Amino acid sequence: MREFRIWGLLPAQILMVATLIVPVLIIVAVSFATRGPYGGFDFVPTTAAYRQILFTEGWSGEVEFNPQYLIIIARTVLLATLTTLICMVLAFPVAYWITLQKRTARTILLVAVTLPFWVSMIVRVYAWLIILGNDGVIEKTLRLTGITDDIGSLLFNNRAMLVGMVYSYIPLMILPVFASIEKLDPALIEASHDLHASRAVTLRRVILPLCWPGLAAGAILVFVPSLGAVLEPILLGGGKIMMMGNLIQMQFGGARNWPFGAAVAIMLMCVVMAFLLFNGLRAMRKAVGEMA
Amino acid sequence: MFGDFQALETVSFDIHDNEFFTLLGPSGCGKTTLLRMIAGFEVPTTGRIALHGKDIQGLPPHKRRVNTVFQNYALFPHMTLEQNIAYGLENLGWPSEKTRARVAEMLDLVHMSKFARRKPQQLSGGQRQRVALARALAPEPEVLLLDEPLSALDLKLRQAMREELRALQRQTGLTFVFVTHDQEEALDMSDRICVLGGGRIQQLGTPRDIYENPTNRFVANFIGETNFFDVDLLSIDGNMARVRTPLGLDLTVPQRNVRSSQQKVTLSLRPETIGLGDQASGEIMTGTVVATNYLGGHTQYIIRVGDMDIRVSRRNSWNDAETLAEGATVKLGFHPEAARVLGQ
Repeated sequence: MREFRIWGLLPAQILMVATLIVPVLIIVAVSFATRGPYGGFDFVPTTAAYRQILFTEGWSGEVEFNPQYLIIIARTVLLATLTTLICMVLAFPVAYWITLQKRTARTILLVAVTLPFWVSMIVRVYAWLIILGNDGVIEKTLRLTGITDDIGSLLFNNRAMLVGMVYSYIPLMILPVFASIEKLDPALIEASHDLHASRAVTLRRVILPLCWPGLAAGAILVFVPSLGAVLEPILLGGGKIMMMGNLIQMQFGGARNWPFGAAVAIMLMCVVMAFLLFNGLRAMRKAVGEMA
Repeated sequence: MFGDFQALETVSFDIHDNEFFTLLGPSGCGKTTLLRMIAGFEVPTTGRIALHGKDIQGLPPHKRRVNTVFQNYALFPHMTLEQNIAYGLENLGWPSEKTRARVAEMLDLVHMSKFARRKPQQLSGGQRQRVALARALAPEPEVLLLDEPLSALDLKLRQAMREELRALQRQTGLTFVFVTHDQEEALDMSDRICVLGGGRIQQLGTPRDIYENPTNRFVANFIGETNFFDVDLLSIDGNMARVRTPLGLDLTVPQRNVRSSQQKVTLSLRPETIGLGDQASGEIMTGTVVATNYLGGHTQYIIRVGDMDIRVSRRNSWNDAETLAEGATVKLGFHPEAARVLGQ
């Protein structure tokens, strides 16, 4: 029986190794290889790709510190963090409101939340071009109502990218938060009111702490794909503002510097790992605390 | 009110200070709705709720000096017992010194000091019950509401907690409003019981009053066990009524709420007031044993007299003759003063 259990897992294990572990190892290997003259790479081990993240070699061979790529990494982490925080703040009331609806309405609303996933991501992000663009819905409304004539460009900046990313990933926050609020025992909220807590205190001391697992799960689901966002910078950032995803894509595409692309990809993976590790440790400490 | 269904008709009663007051009734009788109105979770469409003469109708739950012990305790799972008990005090703005002292006092009161740092999930049902009690008592409410607090416990624990609750009420001198569907619980603990049925007050009185002098058929049926007989009303004389039983016996029996215009009335006779065999006295009848149920402390018989099945219970004692066999012929007797004639 025990033997069957081990062998029974074999297909899943093969799939994991073939589609996840092997490709990652290939990327690691490429990141330590030498750049080929026409793209691709040569099997000559070097750490040049990693050095390139921090330093540039000048024409005469001198090595200079170059913050250009660090700025891209910092911008990526910052935008992903902001996206996650904004999604949390927006998703919570929406999820809470959905839990208050009747059964059928709740189902319909949940389907509505996932509805954007039925449409291609490119189309959805493209729609924001029309909303935010010159002569777009927002600009026109502001002008026609006479609020302001000159609002500057809404597009092609960090803010536009942020709007696009929040829009793209917020369903991934709403769903787990909804699940955690739904599990909340309404008697606990009544008990809180009964014990002289106002609505605000109840939210802060009872509802939010008990919904934390849902918020944490949503944070992972939003933060990780936000780090790898490629479309939003291209369409809403106008291709002028780069994130790590674009940088990686460019190295394997136009720039034909595979080892450098692989090295940045590894950096991206490290950021994700660090975040997940932090989350996991937190959850573990909490579980241990509860057992004691 | 649930939707457009009227959960409660007009209900009006006073609860005294330092009283163990019980709202008793079958499920769906509106007793929990009534309790939730006192707590403030539900708003009556009409009427007034006053606490010590002060109208609390418009106050939200967190501004009422009333605390609740919930049916499934509703302890906060992310807080330790200490934090659970301190929660109400912190919300009232108690200084931390005073809060700490009160929490320790409450934990001591319910014998849970050892577990102060535990979380609710690490406790047994009875322990959670005690913590829920301590948490509700801590903010010094003027009234403590208890919503079927014992229903989630097993029998032995339930009986132990009954005594603890009663002792706690005496010790604190607080007004307890207790909701239950368990008549035994109500009789055991209450100073006064309000029997609710069909959204109305059926009777309000001491446990003894309610058991021995039920005002109507509903109460007599709901509290304890009884035999009902449809009898003809002959005449009423003050508190007594003269009735004729289907067996042709004329009896003079204490009456409640009977109007002289009624022809058919109900006669209620408790199983333990009927004597069997050599204990039979008063009005004597003869019947056949149809069924016997041995229940430890007492045995319950169903005895057929004419075409009526009469339920009789007899206390078992160490020198009892063996239980009466089914099919045996037996003498049974009762005193008319022990029976009650009830209006509808």
